Amino acid sequence: MSIAPAVESTSVQTTSRTSNASSTTNKVLGYPLNAWYVAAWDYEVTRKPMSRRIADRPLALYRAEDGRAVALADACWHRLAPLSLGKTLAGDQIQCPYHGIIYNSAGRCVSMPAQETINPSATVPSFPVVERYRYVWVWLGDATKADPELIPDMWQMTDPAWAGDGLTIPVNCNFQLVLDNLMDLTHEEFVHGSSIGQEELSESDFVVTHEGNTVTVTRWMLDIDAPPFWRKNIRDKFPGYEGKVDRWQIIHFESPSTICIDVGVAKAGTGAPDGDRSQGVNGYVMNTISPETVKTSHYFWAFMRNYRLESQLITTQLRDGVSRVFKEDEDMLEAQQAAIDANPDYEFYNLNIDAGGMWVRRLIERQLAAEGRLVPFA
Amino acid sequence: MAATNIEVWQQATVIETTAVTEHIKRIVLRPDLPRRADPGSHIDVKVNLPSSTQGEALKRSYSVVESANDGARLTVSVFRAPSSRGGSVAMHALQVGDTLEVTQPLQNFPLRIGAPRYLLLAGGIGITAIAAMARVLRELHADYTLVYAGRSRAAMAYLDDLQQLHGRQLVAHINDEGTNLDVASLVAALAPDTELYMCGPIRLMDSVRRSWLEKQLDPANLRFETFGNSGWYAPQEFTVRIPRLGISTTVSPDRSMLEALEDAGADMMFDCRKGECGLCEVRVLRLEGAIDHRDVFYSDRQQKAGEKICCCVSRVASVGAVGGAVQGPEQGLPGIVIEVP
Ligand code: FES
Ligand code: FES
Ligand SMILES: [Fe+2]
Repeated sequence: MSIAPAVESTSVQTTSRTSNASSTTNKVLGYPLNAWYVAAWDYEVTRKPMSRRIADRPLALYRAEDGRAVALADACWHRLAPLSLGKTLAGDQIQCPYHGIIYNSAGRCVSMPAQETINPSATVPSFPVVERYRYVWVWLGDATKADPELIPDMWQMTDPAWAGDGLTIPVNCNFQLVLDNLMDLTHEEFVHGSSIGQEELSESDFVVTHEGNTVTVTRWMLDIDAPPFWRKNIRDKFPGYEGKVDRWQIIHFESPSTICIDVGVAKAGTGAPDGDRSQGVNGYVMNTISPETVKTSHYFWAFMRNYRLESQLITTQLRDGVSRVFKEDEDMLEAQQAAIDANPDYEFYNLNIDAGGMWVRRLIERQLAAEGRLVPFA
Repeated sequence: MAATNIEVWQQATVIETTAVTEHIKRIVLRPDLPRRADPGSHIDVKVNLPSSTQGEALKRSYSVVESANDGARLTVSVFRAPSSRGGSVAMHALQVGDTLEVTQPLQNFPLRIGAPRYLLLAGGIGITAIAAMARVLRELHADYTLVYAGRSRAAMAYLDDLQQLHGRQLVAHINDEGTNLDVASLVAALAPDTELYMCGPIRLMDSVRRSWLEKQLDPANLRFETFGNSGWYAPQEFTVRIPRLGISTTVSPDRSMLEALEDAGADMMFDCRKGECGLCEVRVLRLEGAIDHRDVFYSDRQQKAGEKICCCVSRVASVGAVGGAVQGPEQGLPGIVIEVP
């Protein structure tokens, strides 16, 4: 946020708030540390160590012999050589590639090859890890608060009544910009015109609610033509269906960076808005964004569906289709971050359609303030 | 446990001092740049020697016994040995309102969250490194036992408070009440997945280490903090000579050999200054007396061989001075002749 207000209304907005309300005009946000972030897909973490930076902390990720995932700081205690270039040994151990110090999964040195004893201070930080919903989650903040119950709910990822797959997008932008993108889907009309976009998106009304650490944005578009992506999906279940549809998007945010979007279309007028989705197709876009640095993010997503579970073809088609759509978002987000960086003296303005994203920002800023880490970034 | 160990120096103001035992003072500090102190962390303090006219300062490490308000209120406890003339005397002289230079909390003794069970073992003033760990484990409803050993109830800091807080989780062993700690049976009774965190006199830590090895428990699960300030003999004055450099000096009971050699103008290498890294190693050419190895760098074999010592912590004692009897100067000082890199 720039120091000098560009125009008066901006300064009015920031100064007229009461002292316990947080500003919502930061362009990009820092990341809370007392939170679970996805470090990797389950299949990525193997006996061969890998490196990934989460919340500015380089991690060495690997599996112990018993299959347990381990996250250590990716810097040896001795001379900071990356442990991810080392190798795993018996049990839960990993050996530094440089002078051969061996650590266990708690990050404790268990062998110091060049001497007869072990320096009792020789440890590397070991971070709490939980494997859930096909992801390896890590906690980089205060370990005494790392309660697995705080992992965001992404049950569709592993529920037998749902099928699907996803990918990771490395995106060169602040994680909050991705959250903004997902909380306001009116951009679909302009960014995703050839797949899921349609003008009814901007025309239809939406409802925002928030509770605890969650925000929900609900939008229904009734009796419309299905856009290409959804025409294909409904025909996968109802071959040859030609008619109008009722379309929904129910965006569920869970702080600090998980958004699960209940999406679908049903044959128009068959009762979907009242809860009968039997004449439709339902998907869940599962998104969880892990800040890599303040300006780069790992965007993990999957598209899950609850129909035609047996079809690997549909799984692959949906993954590829959504992947093409998200490439359009990625391009826009990177261009947006670049423009933010190139115009440090310009402010953000907010529209009514930003309500969902603004609630997200408020929840994250509250969490940052509680951690004493609410600092504006340029 | 993601604490860094970058030393950030700052001013701190003394806001409370209390005598908790005859020789232990509790000092509460308000640092200018507060930072959360995780259990096991310590601060380094610059203490001005009261005897010094040149404003000479010593660096001393004190465990953070308690940290409140994200480190805005830090409690340390300082033990003053009856024989001491150095840093602990200056610390005991601190008054409310005094300021001193301290680091932000540093971490060499991190508590791992999530072990199946814990044994915390404190001997004497070692409780200062252990108390905060016990509090966190209690809050987390972890499976832990706090064993606290000391000479007498009166000499054991915080015993009542700890008993109140930890109830049956606390087991006290008090020598003059005849409930001495039996290390061998304590270790023998441990479940193999126990993590043991200890801080105390070298005798206690050494016997735990031996029992641990005997029982073939995982060495990585034996965690200890040593500030290198306790030995097999009571500290006494001794002489040290480096013939090649023409240096000859005396090491007083409250200074280390490393400090004495630095004072005498030797260009010494060091890092940890607490007997862990081995960088201050010097070669022994001749010895009058016994080496009091206080480091954890050498193995038993290397210590027995007595060819090299870590001069930041290890000392020389008169033969036969075991257990604290300090020989008078009339009998001649123990001494060591060394070569340095
Ligand atoms: S850098 Fe890892 S052993 Fe030296
Ligand atoms: S300086 Fe590290 S052992 Fe002496
Ligand atoms: Fe999009």
